[in-house]
Amino acid sequence: MSGNAALGEAAVLSGCTCYFGYPITPQNELTEYMAKRMGELGRVFIQSESEIAAINMVLGASVAGARAMTSSSSPGMSLKQEGISYLAADELPAVVVDMVRGGPGMGNISPAQSDYLQATRGGGHGDYKTIVLAPGSVQELTEVVPLAFDLADQYRNPVIILGDGMLGQMMEPVSFENIKPPKEYPKDYILTGAKGRPARMVRSLLFDTKEEEEHNWKLVRKYQRMEQNEVRYETFMADDAEMIVVAYGIGARIVRGAIKRLRQENMKVGMLRPITAWPFPAAPLQELANTVHDFFVFEMSAGQMIEDVKLALAGKGRIHFYGRPGGVIPTPVELYRIIGRHYYMAARRKQQ
Amino acid sequence: MTTRTIFSGFGGQGVLSMGFTLANAGMLEGKYVTYLPSYGVEVRGGTANCTVVVSDEEIASPVASEPEFVVAMNQPSFNRFQNILQSGGLLCVNASLVDIASARSDIEILAIPTSELAEKLGTIKVANMIILGALIKASNIISFDAMIKNLAELLGEGRSKLIKLNKEALEMGFNYVKE
Repeated sequence: MSGNAALGEAAVLSGCTCYFGYPITPQNELTEYMAKRMGELGRVFIQSESEIAAINMVLGASVAGARAMTSSSSPGMSLKQEGISYLAADELPAVVVDMVRGGPGMGNISPAQSDYLQATRGGGHGDYKTIVLAPGSVQELTEVVPLAFDLADQYRNPVIILGDGMLGQMMEPVSFENIKPPKEYPKDYILTGAKGRPARMVRSLLFDTKEEEEHNWKLVRKYQRMEQNEVRYETFMADDAEMIVVAYGIGARIVRGAIKRLRQENMKVGMLRPITAWPFPAAPLQELANTVHDFFVFEMSAGQMIEDVKLALAGKGRIHFYGRPGGVIPTPVELYRIIGRHYYMAARRKQQ
Repeated sequence: MTTRTIFSGFGGQGVLSMGFTLANAGMLEGKYVTYLPSYGVEVRGGTANCTVVVSDEEIASPVASEPEFVVAMNQPSFNRFQNILQSGGLLCVNASLVDIASARSDIEILAIPTSELAEKLGTIKVANMIILGALIKASNIISFDAMIKNLAELLGEGRSKLIKLNKEALEMGFNYVKE
């Protein structure tokens, strides 16, 4: 199954009842899949007139208590930022999928990782954060999608699934057995008509600055809870490593191939792969820095996640970087050569 | 064992379906597979390619830097992809369209006159299946049986005419290659 189709089926099995989307390559197969599948199940599918309409439909469905999702790719995600900011301010759950492509501007339709900062720093206006899940394989998509819906409901906050064109387009065998029926969450905030109960109001317009400040601190406390409880990551051959590569998503997949080659030549290279890009796995990275001096950041961008690595290491160790922006897909051999060269130079520096 | 194959040619030559057929057959045989198409701006007559990795262990990267096998259905694909084939690798060429005079000397070339063979079956549309059959014989990526069984699933159980035609094409390619 293609990553996009697998994502759609995982969303269906996770109890997504409303999908709104506007076409954009390279995530069209998801919209296509949902168009067919949601209709079969008698759930809601709307191809909206724009990305902005889609995200606001998500807001409307969410405030009515539905599990709602929308998806897009980079230029479309820029349009959705206003709506995501409103969702965060209103404390409404939603899942937003971003299959990143080359940018900026219209860019191209090739896979890229150049929207890391947009996804992890809120992206829209105001002091807010979104949980960002960055899966690295089609199978992992089926783990990340139900998790995204659960986290969105648990924290009442939008959750972003940060993929890329390659993850969406590639096909791998996939099993959906791990997806359990959706849990029930208390929906004591949704608008259902105030029959027999006091009226509720969902809004983000708070003219009283003190009230707005209090709302902001409330959100901050929520984000702190996320940072404490929701960090997810994976390590690969990190136990004896003398150099740790930090990479995520499909980038990490290519690095894996490179590390296998490096290991054949006894170069002790391992990897830390953030699964949550936000909250970023800073603590595990700091712990690795107790024994490892050299960290190698690889991204299919000009360097965005490297900021989080720098913040996490806080001056400890030495950070190497290699990036391929613009939708270029590097090969494992290319990374093997570059990482190998840095590894060799780092080893020489140690000897001196 | 891990094998990486790049299928390439004009859009419309069935390049992506060749790759998808192999990937699906590999999956049915219980192997790890990845299928990575080039996507988006490809149109009929333009260039198309896809990468299929078939392995006994978990696949690290779906991108192939130095593939073991390349299938080139037209001249531009031949020129482009013969350069990334690993030394000693196998290049299956659509000899009806490709001039192989400029081939590298450290690779094995398998030239299949696909158009001529396909005409014997009455349609040039199955040229892709002929070359795929030849690739399976020469490479042993998966068993030929798995490939044939896979057809019914891919084409739909009811479409026996199509299944028969594609089976004949695969067999024709398979038998064209001598041991």
